[in-house]
Amino acid sequence: MDTHHRILLVDDEPDLLDMYQQVLKQLPSQPEIHTAGSGTRALAMLEAEPYRLIVCDLKMPKMDGLQVLSIVRRKYPEMRTVVLTGVTDEQFRSRVYALGVDLFWNKPSSEQETKMFLECLESLLGRGAEAGFRGVQSKSLMDIIQLECISQSSSVLRITNGPLTGRIWILDGELVDGEAGDLAGEAALQKILSWRAGNFELLPCEPAHPRTIFKSYNALLLESAQALDESRGAAQADGSPAAPQPPLVDLSRIEGLEFLLAMAPGQATPQMARGLENPEHMAKWARQTLQRFRELGERLQAGPLDHIQALGPQRHVTLAAQGKTEFCVGWTHTMNPERLRDMTRKVVALWAS
Amino acid sequence: MGFLSRFTKPAPTLLRLRSGSFTVDREGTVVVGTLPSSFPAALVKDIAGQVLAAFREGAEAQLPLSEIVINYPGLRIAARDLRGGALIFLSAKEACSPASPA
Repeated sequence: MDTHHRILLVDDEPDLLDMYQQVLKQLPSQPEIHTAGSGTRALAMLEAEPYRLIVCDLKMPKMDGLQVLSIVRRKYPEMRTVVLTGVTDEQFRSRVYALGVDLFWNKPSSEQETKMFLECLESLLGRGAEAGFRGVQSKSLMDIIQLECISQSSSVLRITNGPLTGRIWILDGELVDGEAGDLAGEAALQKILSWRAGNFELLPCEPAHPRTIFKSYNALLLESAQALDESRGAAQADGSPAAPQPPLVDLSRIEGLEFLLAMAPGQATPQMARGLENPEHMAKWARQTLQRFRELGERLQAGPLDHIQALGPQRHVTLAAQGKTEFCVGWTHTMNPERLRDMTRKVVALWAS
Repeated sequence: MGFLSRFTKPAPTLLRLRSGSFTVDREGTVVVGTLPSSFPAALVKDIAGQVLAAFREGAEAQLPLSEIVINYPGLRIAARDLRGGALIFLSAKEACSPASPA
């Protein structure tokens, strides 16, 4: 089976394309190198065949590298992206990284730089390849805790889910304490285990940390699994949840929150609306505004839209998106505008969890 | 050399985001501004049009707004309502990023 990766080189200078093509042939993985003399040609080639990596110049006529990479990042999020340019301006470096590009590299001027560039490319090509240990990414938090306990480890598991953070203390393979926001002990552990996704890191053990949990880890994990199954079962029984779900309860506790709309793409009515009697007008404005400024951002090449704050005498509103879901969050007008961004992120993370 | 330069390809340029402010009336016409002339006038008009539309549609949705702030990774646009027009601030962001190889 042919496992050679395909690289697309994009530059408007034919001589440079030839030269870089020769340089890239030195890559140990011996990828197939293809070239395109313009952004439009590159996009057409990407449409026609799959590529693992694109190496793109910035300054090109008609369609520049920022425009090309903006489209590539949106249409082919799995593709590795590299900018190879003579532009040294820091603003463009920032904007390139803001697009989510993997690597910004100034055109090499020495053999040493060329060698380093090739090493970086080889590393990018290797990332996500079939070989290697990737099991941890697909493990649930319960699996990770079990692994720690079975191996009699002592550590502190720090789990982050957007702006939410939790910690679980493990000593000699036993769960001794948990912490999540205001919660502690078993309640914190149950809360953390209810999060659907996030990141974790293992911190050094804290042997002196006081013990608040005395049940065995097996019993605790079993209880959590049962509680999660029950809450999911209740939500799926007739298609609508019978009781308020934990995220909504948490949302209602957020200070200053007046309403929340979650909108799925292509649907006229919001996926979820809390706190508004007639959410359709607000949802329509939110969708239009997000779309309007998303398109403006593309024309300005300012990177993907992060969030919008709309301040009014009656209430403040923030607009943001996570994945394909768009959010419109209403706040009391007394809310400090500087806190709106962090609070909106918290709401979105809670909703997603 | 002057003759030859007629045949040389013009160097492509990249749109540089700028910091500055400008005021537009309710029709979207720029009244006064501090943006450099190198920043395309069409984009200034585009920004103004989108901001005014967001204010107008907000009022139609029973959401009167006095200020709207749009955040991109490379640019922050802050607009204040001026009786149907707007005072718009552009702040290009120079974020920290990994250093270039020596």
